Amino acid sequence: MSTATLPPITPLTKKDFQTDQEVRWCPGCGDYAILSAVQSVFPELGIKRENFVVVSGIGCSSRFPYYMNTFGFHTIHGRAPAVATGIKALRPDLEVWVATGDGDALSIGGNHTIHMLRRNVGLKVLLFNNKIYGLTKGQYSPTSEFNKKTKSTPFGSVDRPFNPLSLAIGAEATFVARSVDVFQGHLKETLKHAAAHKGSAFVEILQNCNIFNDGAWFSLTERDARSEQVIQLEHAKPLIFGKNRDKGIRMNGLQLEVVHLGNGISESDLLVHDAHHPEPAYAFMLSQMEKRPGFPTPIGVLRAWDNLPRYEDVMNQQIKDVIAKRGPGDLSKLLRAGDTWEVK
Amino acid sequence: MSTITEIPLPKFKREVVDQAVIRFAGDSGDGMQITGSQFTNTVALYGNDIATFPDYPAEIRAPAGTLPGVSGFQLHFSSNDIYTPGDATDVLIAMNPAALKMNVGDLKANGILIVNSDSFTDNDLRKAQMTSNPLEDHSLDKFRLFSVELERLTRRALEHLGLDAKSMDRCKNFFALGMCYWLYNRSMDSTVRWIEDKFKNKPLLSEANKLAMKAGYSYCEATEAFQISYEIPPAHLTPGFYRNMSGNQALALGFVTASQKSGLTLFQGSYPITPASDILHELSQYKDFGVITFQAEDEIAAITSAIGAAYAGALAITSTSGPGMALKTEALGLAVAVELPLIVCDIQRGGPSTGLPTKTEQADLLQALFGRNSEAPIPVIAAATPGDCFWVALEACRIATKYMVPVIILSDGYLANGAEPWRIPDEKDIPDFTVHFAKDAEGFMPYKRDPQTLARPWAIPGTPGLEHRIGGLEKKDGSGNINYEPLNHENMVRIRAAKVAAIAQDIPNVLPAGDTEGDLLILAWGSTHGAITAAVKSQREKGQKIGHMHLRHLNPLPSNLGDVIKRFKKVLVPELNMGQLLWVLRAKYLVDAVGLNKIQGRPFKQAELEQKIEEMLGVKETLQ
Repeated sequence: MSTATLPPITPLTKKDFQTDQEVRWCPGCGDYAILSAVQSVFPELGIKRENFVVVSGIGCSSRFPYYMNTFGFHTIHGRAPAVATGIKALRPDLEVWVATGDGDALSIGGNHTIHMLRRNVGLKVLLFNNKIYGLTKGQYSPTSEFNKKTKSTPFGSVDRPFNPLSLAIGAEATFVARSVDVFQGHLKETLKHAAAHKGSAFVEILQNCNIFNDGAWFSLTERDARSEQVIQLEHAKPLIFGKNRDKGIRMNGLQLEVVHLGNGISESDLLVHDAHHPEPAYAFMLSQMEKRPGFPTPIGVLRAWDNLPRYEDVMNQQIKDVIAKRGPGDLSKLLRAGDTWEVK
Repeated sequence: MSTITEIPLPKFKREVVDQAVIRFAGDSGDGMQITGSQFTNTVALYGNDIATFPDYPAEIRAPAGTLPGVSGFQLHFSSNDIYTPGDATDVLIAMNPAALKMNVGDLKANGILIVNSDSFTDNDLRKAQMTSNPLEDHSLDKFRLFSVELERLTRRALEHLGLDAKSMDRCKNFFALGMCYWLYNRSMDSTVRWIEDKFKNKPLLSEANKLAMKAGYSYCEATEAFQISYEIPPAHLTPGFYRNMSGNQALALGFVTASQKSGLTLFQGSYPITPASDILHELSQYKDFGVITFQAEDEIAAITSAIGAAYAGALAITSTSGPGMALKTEALGLAVAVELPLIVCDIQRGGPSTGLPTKTEQADLLQALFGRNSEAPIPVIAAATPGDCFWVALEACRIATKYMVPVIILSDGYLANGAEPWRIPDEKDIPDFTVHFAKDAEGFMPYKRDPQTLARPWAIPGTPGLEHRIGGLEKKDGSGNINYEPLNHENMVRIRAAKVAAIAQDIPNVLPAGDTEGDLLILAWGSTHGAITAAVKSQREKGQKIGHMHLRHLNPLPSNLGDVIKRFKKVLVPELNMGQLLWVLRAKYLVDAVGLNKIQGRPFKQAELEQKIEEMLGVKETLQ
């Protein structure tokens, strides 16, 4: 969040961020919930409406800017992080959010995603992960599970999926979080954490495509499953989950281990979440746990290490430093630089 | 070398000539490009007109001594106006047998040939695939051959410095440069200054290079090796201050100038590619002008970051060569659709695919004009000479910001790396160009057009009340809202085309150089300018009625071009491609123009053009 921006005089409301455009997502799409959460969070950030820019690529998620009454740019497939980097380079004061999907950010735009993250450009990236290509009507995506049967893989996909969080942490992203479309409260809180982060903030939002991949996340979102299958990470709190909050995660050597509380195991034995840990290895380990039998899927902020300067600030500081050293450029002198001679 | 007068000198003969062509050739590691550049700077500072042709391999260091590793630098300098680096050379410096073999074919009969005899061992000859030693087998008898032990002499001059043999050998190009300075009677001062600056943290190497150069100079003086030296008086250029300028350098300066004159921050997104990278190298130095340079992760990010910067209010450019252009194609379409100003420099090289990375070609014209999906017209302008790149950069920025369009600049490897004396414009004589950002929220619509230019407003983020959405989807003219209606789409396609076509009213009418009507019009574009100018001058001196129309604007074409064409009986279109402008002209003007096409990675020679001109004018019987 840009601290240079003063709060507007009249407080903004959710309505201020809604456009007159007809929303063209399928009825029941998880994207509506995400749109609603973002429209609720933006007025609370104390940023003038004209300083928000929402940038997107191609895909269902990328229609997002049309529905946000801010500056918005619907670009081309996969390139939103690069377009947004150009905007931030020129105008570090703007609050730039990127809306993208699993195909857009991890397949065609994978290169831009990792480079944006390793540079730590001050962008907030919302990756809508529905594990399917929706806008092209149902092909498997880079997050689809192995052996997924889709229109383009009638006998099952032979691809191994990306874990978006692991990928982002592997690129040493300074903020990595996960939330779920239907967990409105959690989603808004997560968005606020992302907004408060100065560097690149990467938020994976598990989102249901009720047309082409309905129920992809039901094992996590159904009321019965929720507390057994999901663990909510909170900074400085022990890792506890389960309907009766009777399970926890502790370190066993270099491995995570699920344990039942009681029988000599207490909360003090559990791993206490440290979102601000400087080493990405810790967050990476958390991002990988869901692959193992008996482990829950983590949501919340895995990593929020904000000690790295933003790319656009370093870029512009370098310019200031050179000007301080050399003085502002003099065009007349520049044109006459080097060896010159006069013809009379 | 044509003689003007001869001045008798006591010890050596000094001949005054009006021009010379000199070529330095050696291994890619021999420093030939530096040697050539230094000689160029010195003669330019003296006041000669110059044209250069650096010619180097794509490999950074091919195996030493082999034919693919040969790097050359040719310089034409003169006391008259010159337009080309010269068809044939008067002097060739060959550092090894491979360099000799690759370059001796262009040396004039009785030309001066300086060879490094220390590198003509059996092994050296074998690497150059030579079966006998040309220094001994009389194959070089038609030249004035000077076998010089460059390595041994350089080592002797430097032996007291305590350098290792390899470091001493690396100075031998400066020994050869010193010899050339003596041969053309030139001061070593500017190269001494350059060496002192280049090696300011390595005093020993600074000393060694200076000593080697001075030793080369003294060697000529002491041994009377050449018995003759040459004097080329300064050229009569238009009065003013000059500097030596390459095409890529000129583009960079043009963009900084445009940024200063418009008050817009310059943003360059670029990915390294030969022969365009020097634009990035140049601009990255100008942080004191607030220039933002972004070395992107790929060609696509290079252009899309520039589009983002343009959206935010920058004077945004991206620079590349043909393969990179191909990758930028989709984003170019986006820039057309969202109608943002953007400048794309395509420094053309031989293709297809990786092709000839370091060699020149003009074969991206049709790609620039048409290489996008659907109807996506883009203004295209081309530079004619290295110095012209400066003015073309300014023109591109003017068009892009005035009409809210992407603009493609075509340059090529020959212009990019070639140099000429450039008359430095007075900064005050370059007009400011005004750029307005939309400010007024009252009645604002993102696609509400200026009735004159059809440009939409440039409404940058951060402006209160102007919040709006743009994108690649088809939109309603005016409101900019997504719109898929059939008639609206046709209307938008026609508006985008009309906007670009109307730029023709904003560019001056063209007038051919030479004759304005007559037997033959030579119609061309880009880097062929020099060779055509020289050929036309020569043919007109022989009485031919020839006009030379060199196009800067390739889309839209100048509005009076059709009339110009009609005033000539025949039209010749020389291009370093298979006939791309020719194709456009035949389609647009239904003119039976003829092409002269060369696709060898090399510029036209004056003689090749003259031969074609004479053939078309029936001066010589053509061979069937």
